[in-house]
Amino acid sequence: MIKEEALLEVINISKTFPGVKALDNVSLTLKKGTVHALCGENGAGKSTLVHILIGMYRRDSGELIFKGKKVDFTLPKQALDVGISIIEQELTPIYDMTVAENIFLGREPVKFGFIDYPRLNKAATDALSGLEARIDPTKKIKFLSLAEIQLVEIAKAISCDADVIIMDEPTSAIGEKEVKNLFKIIKLMKKQGKGILYISHHLKEVFAIADEVTVLRDGRHISTESIKNMDTSKLVSLMIGRKGEEDFIKETLPAGSSLLSVENFTKKNQFNNINIDLKKGEVLGIFGLMGAGRTEFFNALYGLEKPDQGEVRIENQKVKINSPRDAIKHGIALVTEDRKKMGLVLTSSVKENISLASLKELTTGLFINEKREKLHVNEMIHKFNIKITSLKQLVKNLSGGNQQKVVLGKCFLIPPKILLLDEPTRGIDVGAKREIYKIISTYTSTGYGVIMISSEIPEILSMSDRIVVFKNGYIVGEFNKGEVNQENLLHIAS
Amino acid sequence: MFIMETKLNEPAENFSNNKRGKLTFKSIGAEYGIILVFALLCVILSFASPYFLKERNIVNVLRQTSINGLLSIGMTFVILTGGIDLSVGSILAFGGVVGASFSSSAFAALGGTTHPVILSFTIGILAGLGLGLINGTLVGKWKIPPFVVTLGMLSVARGLTFIYTNGMPIPNIDKSFLVIGQGELFAIPVPVIIFALVFLIAWVILYKTRFGRYVYAVGGNEKSAKISGINTRLIILLVYGISGLLAALGGLILTARTTAGLPQAGTSYELDAIAAVVIGGTSLNGGQGTLVGTLFGALIMGVISNGLDLLGVSSYFQQLIKGAIIVTAVLLDTLQKGNKD
Repeated sequence: MIKEEALLEVINISKTFPGVKALDNVSLTLKKGTVHALCGENGAGKSTLVHILIGMYRRDSGELIFKGKKVDFTLPKQALDVGISIIEQELTPIYDMTVAENIFLGREPVKFGFIDYPRLNKAATDALSGLEARIDPTKKIKFLSLAEIQLVEIAKAISCDADVIIMDEPTSAIGEKEVKNLFKIIKLMKKQGKGILYISHHLKEVFAIADEVTVLRDGRHISTESIKNMDTSKLVSLMIGRKGEEDFIKETLPAGSSLLSVENFTKKNQFNNINIDLKKGEVLGIFGLMGAGRTEFFNALYGLEKPDQGEVRIENQKVKINSPRDAIKHGIALVTEDRKKMGLVLTSSVKENISLASLKELTTGLFINEKREKLHVNEMIHKFNIKITSLKQLVKNLSGGNQQKVVLGKCFLIPPKILLLDEPTRGIDVGAKREIYKIISTYTSTGYGVIMISSEIPEILSMSDRIVVFKNGYIVGEFNKGEVNQENLLHIAS
Repeated sequence: MFIMETKLNEPAENFSNNKRGKLTFKSIGAEYGIILVFALLCVILSFASPYFLKERNIVNVLRQTSINGLLSIGMTFVILTGGIDLSVGSILAFGGVVGASFSSSAFAALGGTTHPVILSFTIGILAGLGLGLINGTLVGKWKIPPFVVTLGMLSVARGLTFIYTNGMPIPNIDKSFLVIGQGELFAIPVPVIIFALVFLIAWVILYKTRFGRYVYAVGGNEKSAKISGINTRLIILLVYGISGLLAALGGLILTARTTAGLPQAGTSYELDAIAAVVIGGTSLNGGQGTLVGTLFGALIMGVISNGLDLLGVSSYFQQLIKGAIIVTAVLLDTLQKGNKD
């Protein structure tokens, strides 16, 4: 048996930011030809560690040894040159450039000093085909969906052919089929002797692909074990520091009368003849693969886009929704799948973000009633357990999970009768997820309704009273709770 | 290869050591470093020239800053939404001549009689408002980039001004009109009083009303603002309207000061307005910045002009220095914001 040699050694690394010790003497070893998972709640220090590894931050103390040699990065380029590449959690491509240009940014093939576009596009196609991603390399990124963008980022990192690849929540936006393809490629990379550092909240994936797992909590190293010695509940309790609870199951309430009904919603090339009936107290789950038309349907329902035809009724009264304002007036709130691009105003404060959709109600006369505003905003902070240092804190400085909670806070403040949630727990840790599920559950128990798009099968199975499956813009299946399991769902959706 | 969006993965950390309510020297410096710069500048100039702190000079500075100040207030609203208004100088001229024409005994097209001053002011302001709303419609509804729209309006408004006046100044302005430019109330020049009032109203609007929040939201992230139910088109329409209105007001004041409606007035004034806003720390990307910052940006520019005048520096050299200061101010602001992150 060949002893696996260490590719990357992290020895006693610490890093402090003003007011917070983000990493406290953390060590781990990434061995050649293995997948090493890094698990921990939001704020555990995973991202900080990763950014030190790629040269974005400098460590305060400790050592980094790469392929047996001590390294000290002051620039990300140095890490890349040495052979460490990353798939970032927050996707930030250059929207006005094409897929191919993004993948090979800085490494474009050149002919006589000019970019060789035929070669560039072919190389991009090759990189994407490994993931079985049918994406046109000459298309501009701004026209791609979030899931497609993530696939492009994966293709980019893989095409760098680095020895160490760090994957930070690489599957947060993509569907099961694409995840399978990614894992195929990861196994191939393992055979090539590469080392992969895999960060994910999807514990099922961790157990499917990782060889070893390291758990961080509050900046400290808690444990490193072979995956064979680990199981889900043990992993969860190590991550959150207390005994993990069972999968959250929403209590099903007898559904009331019709709350929202959608008839014959159609938009060319997006979705076709969608009929949905949401009852009071119900959580309706929408499942489907990438490109199935779920988000597009939401956008049309919410007034962001105009459907070609279709009728909407709220509590059996026909309504016209031509803009988000109309939707909000009728008590519909939308939590989008891309919070940075469409849910938050990053340059504004927590308080300003949360109250943004409710300012009319918070205004008396000409001016905003600041006392009432603070009161209601604080209610939301408390309800969602949002970790902030002050109401004035800028939202861009919050962690992903807390940012999502701010979006939820904004929606709940309206208050809505109908909640449209598009991947509401994307990129959020186990503890925060449970909090959100509880809140959704309480919300529906008061007679309101939720339509939730999710790609996470356990989530949709446990939270939905009914599930509707989208495929290529059509509804191909409708199930009550308990009538369908994981395999069926996936089968029908693909 | 690497894009720097790392902050979003960071746990909620207190990067700025601003304890709630604690007004430390550092916190003022961080938020309003510009006030310190202004104070420093005044101190330096008071040593450099014995005339600087004389009452007459201070009044002069304030008076000279007022018109740019008005334009800068409007510009702040526009830039906060992520836009820009290059046409304020031309709208200033248009508002000024239109107002002048109603109060001049020498303007043949209107019968050569003077009308009540209130009418002149109102029509002048409405003229500016109208052009501003056209800008706002093109940007908000038709989605044409603000730079392009207002660049076009810069020429169009200037053209209209020359056509309206036949290229000639409008003289013989009624005395009651001249008050807003040359009058004084308790030894404070009227333009300064107008500027102060407009500043206060603008401050209340921007910080105490829904509209103000919406301005910041639209500039910070237009899509998010729209999803939150904000009528983004209306907000954009209104900020350009405000900019046009304030430009016209500035034009009326300038007309009053020069006792004639000059079609070439206000040329390049937009640059000074933008400079004041930018020095004041407002980001050209939108969503970030303060009105107080603009106030001090305008004051700094006014004080520098005045100081250089007192020191006898040639106006060519003054232009060079002004440019250098604008860039330096933004550089310092960027570095400081970078440190805070």
